[in-house]
Amino acid sequence: MSAQTQSQFAASLKRYYSFYTGGFIAFVIMVGILEMLGVPNKILGYLFLFATIMLYAGIGFMSKTADVGEYYVAGRRVPALFNGMATGADWMSAASFIGMAGTLYLSGYDGLAFVLGWTGGYCLVALLLAPYLRKFGQFTIPDFLGARFGGHLPRFIGVVAAIVCSFTYVIAQIYGVGLITSRFTGLEFQVGVFVGLAGILVCSFLGGMKAVTWTQVAQYIILIVAYMIPVVWLSVKNTGNPIPQIAAYSSALPAVTALEKQFNDKADPKGAKEESVRAIFRERAAAADAKLKGLEKDGAAFLTAEKQKLTDKLAALKAEAAPDAKAIEATEKAIKDFPADAAAAKKAWTAEKGVAARAAPVKAHAEAFAAGGKTPEEVEKNRSIAKKNFLALIACLMIGTAALPHILMRYYTTPSVHEARVSVFWSLFFIFLLYFTAPALAILAKYEVYSNLVGSSFASLPAWVSNWAAVDKTLMNIADINKDGIVQLAEIVIGGDLIVLATPEIAGLPYVISGLVAAGGLAAALSTADGLLLTIANAMSHDLYYKMIDPNASTVRRLAVSKGLLLVVALAAAYVTSLKPGDILFLVGAAFSLAASGFFPALVCGVFWKRANYLGAVLGMSLGLGVCAYYMYMTYPFFGVNAPKWWDINPISAGTFGIPAGFLGVIIGSLISPAPSKEIQELVDHVRYPSLEGDIDTKGA
Amino acid sequence: MQLTEKHKEYWSVNLRMTSILLAIWFVATFVMGWYARELNEIVILGPLGFYMSAQGSLIIYVVIIWFYARYMNNLDKQYGVHEGELD
Repeated sequence: MSAQTQSQFAASLKRYYSFYTGGFIAFVIMVGILEMLGVPNKILGYLFLFATIMLYAGIGFMSKTADVGEYYVAGRRVPALFNGMATGADWMSAASFIGMAGTLYLSGYDGLAFVLGWTGGYCLVALLLAPYLRKFGQFTIPDFLGARFGGHLPRFIGVVAAIVCSFTYVIAQIYGVGLITSRFTGLEFQVGVFVGLAGILVCSFLGGMKAVTWTQVAQYIILIVAYMIPVVWLSVKNTGNPIPQIAAYSSALPAVTALEKQFNDKADPKGAKEESVRAIFRERAAAADAKLKGLEKDGAAFLTAEKQKLTDKLAALKAEAAPDAKAIEATEKAIKDFPADAAAAKKAWTAEKGVAARAAPVKAHAEAFAAGGKTPEEVEKNRSIAKKNFLALIACLMIGTAALPHILMRYYTTPSVHEARVSVFWSLFFIFLLYFTAPALAILAKYEVYSNLVGSSFASLPAWVSNWAAVDKTLMNIADINKDGIVQLAEIVIGGDLIVLATPEIAGLPYVISGLVAAGGLAAALSTADGLLLTIANAMSHDLYYKMIDPNASTVRRLAVSKGLLLVVALAAAYVTSLKPGDILFLVGAAFSLAASGFFPALVCGVFWKRANYLGAVLGMSLGLGVCAYYMYMTYPFFGVNAPKWWDINPISAGTFGIPAGFLGVIIGSLISPAPSKEIQELVDHVRYPSLEGDIDTKGA
Repeated sequence: MQLTEKHKEYWSVNLRMTSILLAIWFVATFVMGWYARELNEIVILGPLGFYMSAQGSLIIYVVIIWFYARYMNNLDKQYGVHEGELD
């Protein structure tokens, strides 16, 4: 330990980061001035991107280390407050920063499963794991499994589980990095992925956990500032109240609820207009359905007949005394776009039939477990399925939180058990700041759309709407369906990510704040990716190489192997990401379910049940992982098996079955084999008490 | 290393507090979630079921962890199992 005491160290950290925050704000103001001087937006976007990545690289470079303790656990001297911030950044990914508010906007109450699941899990971390793991005090989570249960097998299964769930999760993060980089710089997605990857590696390559910790603190500050400024501004603009978390519930939500009722009431003028749009969607869906039936009956002959009808119509239109130019143009376009063969026709008409969904009434934002159905019994049944899945998802996300190695690892870095406990509090507090703002932002954005956008005229759409509609149709799609020149809610389709990305413009803030939001999103994705990559590389270099293959390896060699693996894993992850696999939300959910099923039972029993032993851990972990992976494979459409679900539980919540299977495995395996040795029982006592006389020492060196 | 009665008492006090806080966590999460529709009938700060899941339960989580850290750090001192100033 250096000559500096822990309290002096904490004080100087506070000084550095206050200085840093001031510097960052000055930078934002400077970019704002450049914007006023007329520097184009694209240049401002590049400025933000490169300035922040350079900043992280700078911190990474200054934290370079050749010391094993610093490389793996940041020298175990990260004060609780700073470890809290680092955990916050480590935790909050691109999905939290950009996607969360949008999910809440689109799904209302039911989206809150993510808010609850990703915060409440910290109660389990604090109460069941963090202080005990800190007392144990080695480097990785498989370390604990290896020491507590003895033998190589528990450690090995731990390594496999850590790699599987972290790799699944890191792909989702790099995807987010690529998306943000490409959106704000105009680079191609694949190029964006590798630029982002460079940003990730500069943080972790030279200094391991030490560098990652100090960049994550810096990244947390950027991401929270970037999230809060636009929301506060929007809140002031729409409600006059600068605290969005109060304004949303006291004034915006009642207004939204009243508007929802109007939109669904055909007797109300607003409701009548909505109904006229919905009627058009219903007609279109019915027409598509009729065509699909015809296609099924007559095959290619039907297709030819349909095309002939259009050609006849065009001829008739042209023959009219006063030809309607617009109608002719529309018919010509219809002929040009007419599906070439039966397969294309089926695809196009099935998609068209899907517009029936847009004819549905507006779902009430605050309504829990809204469900449809033809009879009251069916509605009740669907509602109970929605409720079950809501609770199952929360359980999987929470328990997964308390089992993801990249989070648990962070509590190895505090100076003491005492600080580890306080640090979980700071972690959740810093995460909470963003997570209790997201639902408020969703409501405020909804208020803006329902009360200001709906009812405005197509001739003078708000600037943010026309801008985003021009940039990306998947985020903002608006068209005058019933040709009345006025915007109805049913005429708007919004993509979830729009909410956070467009908030600065909705609130009428200058472009510099949009750049800030992009920098925040990038910070969120980079910090999570960093933590995950380090976890994977450490599991391989420390647990697999050093502990199992070559225990006599020198320090220099261990670090060299670790850094080499970091590079390989990062490239592999970027390669897989550039193939754009699957659905991001499912990848993230899968990582949580896998971690929960694989680690949680063995870790918790390892601390709270002395009788748990080698066979229990092996059986519990493999059974948990196996059941979870099996259920996902059988039910997730991507794999193509599509077996019937168990008790209607969605594949994302596969942990619902994996976790009990894991506990069952630990209990049965432990009871059918002899109790663990005296040394291992002493180890359990060791982790349970922050300090004991004549205590053993398990600290890693 | 031999555990004294006092040590065993420390552990059982810890277990009791952990169970109480876990019970509160369970109610704030799953019981509130289960009855969300019923709670939404009550309107305080908007529909109560919605408010609790969006904000109320989160505040409860933060308080649980804050309280546990404070309680346990005091308990360590009381039972003489606390750490020195620096590890």
